[in-house]
Amino acid sequence: MLTMQERNHLHGIKPIFEVNIIKNGLLEIPMLQLLDEHGEEKNKQQSPKLSKEEALKIYKSMAFTRLLDDRMIGAQRQGRISFYLACRGEEAAIVASAAALSSDDMIMSQYREQGALVYRGYTTDQFMNQMFSNHLDPNKGRQMPIHYGDKALNFMTISSPLGTQIPQAAGYAYGQKMAGTPAVTICYFGEGAASEGDFHAGLNMAAVLKCPTIFFCRNNGYAISTPSQEQFVGDGIASRGVGYGVPTIRVDGNDVLAVYAATQTARKLALAENTPVLIEAMTYRLAAHSTSDDPSGYRSKDEEAKWQLKDPLLRFARYLDSKGWFDQKEMDAYLDKSREDILAALKRAEKVPVNPLKDIIEDVYDTPPWHLKKQLSELESHIAKYPQDYPKTAGR
Amino acid sequence: MAKMNLLQAINNALVTTMEADEKVMVFGEDVGQFGGVFRATSNLQEKFGKSRCFNTPLTEQGIIGFANGLASQGSVPVAEIQFSDYIFPAFDQIVNETSKWRYRSGGQFSCGTLTIRTPYGGGIAGGLYHSQSPEAFFAHIPGMKVVIPRNPKQAKGLLIASIRDDNPVLFMEPKKIYRASVGDVPENDYELPLGKADIVATGTDITLLAWGAQVEVLEKAAEMAKKDGISCEIIDLQSILPWDAETIFQSVYKTGRLLINHEAPLTGGFASEIAATVQQECFLYLEAPIARVCGLDTPYPLAHEKEYMPDHLKTYEAIKRTLDY
Repeated sequence: MLTMQERNHLHGIKPIFEVNIIKNGLLEIPMLQLLDEHGEEKNKQQSPKLSKEEALKIYKSMAFTRLLDDRMIGAQRQGRISFYLACRGEEAAIVASAAALSSDDMIMSQYREQGALVYRGYTTDQFMNQMFSNHLDPNKGRQMPIHYGDKALNFMTISSPLGTQIPQAAGYAYGQKMAGTPAVTICYFGEGAASEGDFHAGLNMAAVLKCPTIFFCRNNGYAISTPSQEQFVGDGIASRGVGYGVPTIRVDGNDVLAVYAATQTARKLALAENTPVLIEAMTYRLAAHSTSDDPSGYRSKDEEAKWQLKDPLLRFARYLDSKGWFDQKEMDAYLDKSREDILAALKRAEKVPVNPLKDIIEDVYDTPPWHLKKQLSELESHIAKYPQDYPKTAGR
Repeated sequence: MAKMNLLQAINNALVTTMEADEKVMVFGEDVGQFGGVFRATSNLQEKFGKSRCFNTPLTEQGIIGFANGLASQGSVPVAEIQFSDYIFPAFDQIVNETSKWRYRSGGQFSCGTLTIRTPYGGGIAGGLYHSQSPEAFFAHIPGMKVVIPRNPKQAKGLLIASIRDDNPVLFMEPKKIYRASVGDVPENDYELPLGKADIVATGTDITLLAWGAQVEVLEKAAEMAKKDGISCEIIDLQSILPWDAETIFQSVYKTGRLLINHEAPLTGGFASEIAATVQQECFLYLEAPIARVCGLDTPYPLAHEKEYMPDHLKTYEAIKRTLDY
């Protein structure tokens, strides 16, 4: 038998002798900012040591993401894809955090993190094949556009339910720790998803079980139309990390240097101490929630205009310029070339057929059991009778 | 062979798989040093260390969410949900995540290594919230396997197979017979096939079908019917999803009659699915309507537990009605 350890859960709690109700605001959680809105460094000592090459890679990934977003919103309006979800305004939070990781680290994202994929080298064709759900997509065209996933890039396939990835990221990181891999799992989610039970379950599990997980909250002010003031009354999401005993950093999410520094520090801490870390990135969703949303019904143009001034791309471009690293001509050429690549890939992907019919029963189990085979064979006979009504799969 | 009860057989299966594969990890509420509220995980922490057998906070959705992530990483989680009545906070994780992981990623990732163990069923004076049999909910989830053993020998072989199967398995344990069911269990490492029913007794007049603790109810009823000259074939379905329809068809071709017994409420219970499938395949062989002897469509009662249960007497009466049809 194991020996019984004596415990005292009152240890360290001091008694007091008058009623003292603890109210909000006792704990001040400031926001790390290393680059102000004009692109000026606030504290050069703390700025991450980014090489010119790395800084330009981050900027280009952000700019490419915005270009892709704009083009795909257009494609959705033209009826070429069913759905899209842009991350305008949040590019720094996503790309700079991804850039501070190792490529071995697992990314479990919510759905607005295409910038992380761009940074890791997901190709334009890969984006398009997923969005057109054609047979070249390794996810086999089974999910709506933007539900990316790529094993080679350590990017877990996205699922639509919100917040489910939070306890999963605790488990994934526990497995990494047990396997002795010097890698962490980063888990992205919004401040709205942090109201789901899975957030609370996941943070607590990760804290208690000492999982090297970085919980990265993009607090962009809105969950579709619901402003954060109607989502919670506490001090954002960061205060919850403190409550769960999870080391926590709040950061200016439109500031590449601050996000990078915070994520780098979090990663180091997570690996050194086997602990989760919560990062709350304060940002703003300049885009609509998705192509099915119209923000004019719930927020003012004036509000949006104020946040346009804090645009993370502008801010980082100013920083690059101050370093003498920003070559407008070279950047224009890069963007022109990217625009052409996106258009060409889009045209290619929309012509690629979907998977053959038999794929409908694959990957439900490791091998299709008898009842799925029976259902497929009945479906095949039916389609053979009405081929003109099932043009995507008839004859395939 | 060793004499074991159902709990000891489960514990033995866990030890066997944990010894064979260091990636197997067992966790849930109270499963650590304490060994679980039913003691199914006794001594595992002592044997395999705190990092492979551990307590979790009290959060079913957290346990299964964590287990999903761990499985997708390549570890082999065996997560315990203390009572199946409390599995519902994890329902979203099971329905939308565990079971769809492989499909949605085109087979790039999966939760195939996950096994969820949970005690289910009545007969322990547990009332509404310690007695439910929710297998039918989980039989409606493409991608899941659902397995229920009836005795110690089946439990060990089926649990080892579930843990090693490359699909997520919900392994439901009939807690009423955790200690009451005792039998010879091979001490070696063995697996019993998933998706296969087990013919417990052969007969010619009627097929009786159940799973878990209800199999012994069938045996008792068949014993009574035998005195009336009725020969019953008894089948333990064992796997609820995917289920072994072929074995049931073959039996019904022979007997021409089918009775299905389960503890869960009648409406929408798994017997409905079996009855629909069997009538389609065996329509011309049936001598009588398919009988269902099930729980009432009420919450599981406490004071009226005995009245609620689809016991051997209700089963015996249904056998006679079916034969007299």
